[in-house]
Amino acid sequence: MINVKNLSFSYKKTEGARVLSDIHLEFDQRSTAIIGQNGAGKTTFVKLLKGLLKPDIGQITIKGQDIKGKTAAELARTIGLIFQNPNDQIFKRTVLDEVMFGPLNIQMEKSAAKEKAIEALKMAGLDHHLDTNPHDLSLSEKKLLCMASVMAMETDIIIFDEPTIAQDNQGKEKIKQIIQTLKDKGKLVMTIIHDMDFVAENFERTIVFNEGKVLADGPTREVFSQKQALLQANVEAPYITQLADKLGFAGTVLSIGEFIDKVDANK
Amino acid sequence: MKKLAVEGLKYKYPQSESLALDNISFTVNEGEFIGIIGRNSAGKSTLCQALVGLVPHFYKGAYGGKVLVDGLEVKTHSIADIALKVGMVFQNPFTQVTGSKMSVYEEIAFGLENIGVPRSEMVQRIDEVLKMFKIEHVKDHNPFDLSGGQMQRMAIASIIAMRPEIIVLDEPTSQLDPGGSEEVFQAVQSLKKQGITIIMAEHKMEKLAQYCDRILLLDNGKAVDYDTPEKIFSRDDLESYGVAAPVYTKVCKALGAKKQGTNTYPVTLEEAEAVLKEIRR
Repeated sequence: MINVKNLSFSYKKTEGARVLSDIHLEFDQRSTAIIGQNGAGKTTFVKLLKGLLKPDIGQITIKGQDIKGKTAAELARTIGLIFQNPNDQIFKRTVLDEVMFGPLNIQMEKSAAKEKAIEALKMAGLDHHLDTNPHDLSLSEKKLLCMASVMAMETDIIIFDEPTIAQDNQGKEKIKQIIQTLKDKGKLVMTIIHDMDFVAENFERTIVFNEGKVLADGPTREVFSQKQALLQANVEAPYITQLADKLGFAGTVLSIGEFIDKVDANK
Repeated sequence: MKKLAVEGLKYKYPQSESLALDNISFTVNEGEFIGIIGRNSAGKSTLCQALVGLVPHFYKGAYGGKVLVDGLEVKTHSIADIALKVGMVFQNPFTQVTGSKMSVYEEIAFGLENIGVPRSEMVQRIDEVLKMFKIEHVKDHNPFDLSGGQMQRMAIASIIAMRPEIIVLDEPTSQLDPGGSEEVFQAVQSLKKQGITIIMAEHKMEKLAQYCDRILLLDNGKAVDYDTPEKIFSRDDLESYGVAAPVYTKVCKALGAKKQGTNTYPVTLEEAEAVLKEIRR
């Protein structure tokens, strides 16, 4: 779906180290988590995919087409990005208008846009807030609102930047369902995230960024078994994985269910 | 004397019909580290704001009961007086940034200028917190050019520089990577060791379990329970309050592995490891 070749980027073009250098990645339908320390280049990378930044060197193709000549507006039909800080995204006066804005902007009919918006708001659990001013919502609700705004556009690729920030247990469960629904619809779901247990439970593929480079990439289980790479990237394994390692379980355990199965098998 | 005492606190936001805080009482000893947990909208942020006086002085609304901060009654003292005793780190660092300062360095100086700290001491305190939170390299940047993580570190640093006796933190690590949140918890831990009292609302249960002395569980504006992390996270009805126990506790609950000689489950990696090793023998 996405092909990234030889990608490099820096904010200051004349001096200093590059934010990203020499990235080669291919994305298929697998749900993908991008992890790594603050400042590793994760957000910059997804902004490049979305066309908000232009590469210094290298090529990005989405569904076979080079995005170089495309405007952010053209890309908006294919790729959706949910910002880390919802206040950077929200600007309309009601929740419904906010979510309808994207679909209308890509020339969806008004009635269709409304239908998509309400469907997306249902998924986000905000359909009882249609007339609320978005700025009166809590931070966690604003984050869900921004997800709905992007989901309503029905893009093939959806990228989340730190979706679980400020979410309680229930909010995390909701996001889990949203990701699953999007996966079932055949969309490529990608996320930047620091919650490793959430990664372990919900994402098929994990990519570790470190200092602007890809340090590890593969099925999530494989990546969380690469202790050396995790250490170098200053990333912790999921808590459940750490506990299983301490107890000397064979293999890499990714969920409480797997953990319990291992204990039962040993009895 | 108790460092912090909340007695029958009730509060309703203007134009709201229900109580955001409903008859909350608890006390905190000097140097204690208290975690506040509960689902979103349980009242955690409102309670934090009530401890520093933003509720009721800034938000207005209907207020009953008492909050005593180091003996000062919040309701009858100005925010300026209360701010000398207690500092607060906001949930969203963006909301906390003054917007009137052009650099991280000046932003951190803002609070110190306001309480009249002499210049030489200001310089020393600012350098100290810049180092403590690893933001020295961005000290000349505009606060709004920082990443979420850097902004959050700056927000915490600017409060810690004021050296309040009590620090209230509302989800202070939400924007940070695991390494960064661990650093914040360790910094807070070292403040606690210096006798500073810490109140923190957080969703990262594994971290609270590891560092807190006691946890206040809120639901629907009411205090459901106030006890040690072991007791709180071992409650059978925890999930009905929208709270998930630490992963370690969940596993041990599922396996029926209690801490030896107690009726509670492990809450940290080390405790879970010890208990489960015992079972596997």
